[in-house]
Amino acid sequence: MDQQKKIRPLSPHLQVYKLPLNAVASIVHRITGVILSIGLLLFVGGLLTVSVGEDAYITLQNLMNHALGTLILWLFIYALFFHLCHGVRHLIWDAGSGFEREHMDRNVYIELIASVILTVASFFLL
Amino acid sequence: MDYRTPLAKARGLGSAKAGTAHWWMQRVTAAALIPLSLWWLTFIGHLLKSSYPQTVVWLSKPLNSVLMIAWILAVFYHAGLGLQVVIEDYVHTEWLKIVSVWIVKLAFILLALVAVMAIFNIGKMV
Repeated sequence: MDQQKKIRPLSPHLQVYKLPLNAVASIVHRITGVILSIGLLLFVGGLLTVSVGEDAYITLQNLMNHALGTLILWLFIYALFFHLCHGVRHLIWDAGSGFEREHMDRNVYIELIASVILTVASFFLL
Repeated sequence: MDYRTPLAKARGLGSAKAGTAHWWMQRVTAAALIPLSLWWLTFIGHLLKSSYPQTVVWLSKPLNSVLMIAWILAVFYHAGLGLQVVIEDYVHTEWLKIVSVWIVKLAFILLALVAVMAIFNIGKMV
């Protein structure tokens, strides 16, 4: 039985198809979700640092304002906004709309542009 | 060959009453996290630029403490549900799948408690 299973031919899998833009957005949504979950560890670390005292806080602030720290922070914030924008689209889908085939690519561009605008706006506001 | 009917296989595995709970709570927490996360970025703004007393005073204000705890509960709930699906999709060894989901959930509960405790400790400083 098991031996038979091994030699059975498989149908073409994911890698032989050219992924539509929407499918790429979908997997990026999942990847950003995992990345943001890892970011939560950093958040708890940051919060603990604030609770420890002023010296620790200043060290954290310097790290965050360091070039590498800034880059990592804003990659996380971009991941947050992409996940948020694509998440909004999921909520719209769940409400029963947004399935028009001809709008699929356009909607991916909208969420990409929206997430960039939100990230840039936050960069100047914070 | 398994000659049992689908009903016979399902018996004893518990009821399906909570079948939509995971999906539903993923959406409820997602909706809550949209405004909460936008607000949460002001905390990051404080970490980047404010002095230690400013940040502590800001975080100790009742409204900000409550919103931060709400964000912590929602975000860890949301991330826990999300990572569970990711694990269930990619880990195919049954025992490893179950243990991984447990570890993630228990770790997230612990992290959320640590974060909330940090908020309380920061509140006591003022």
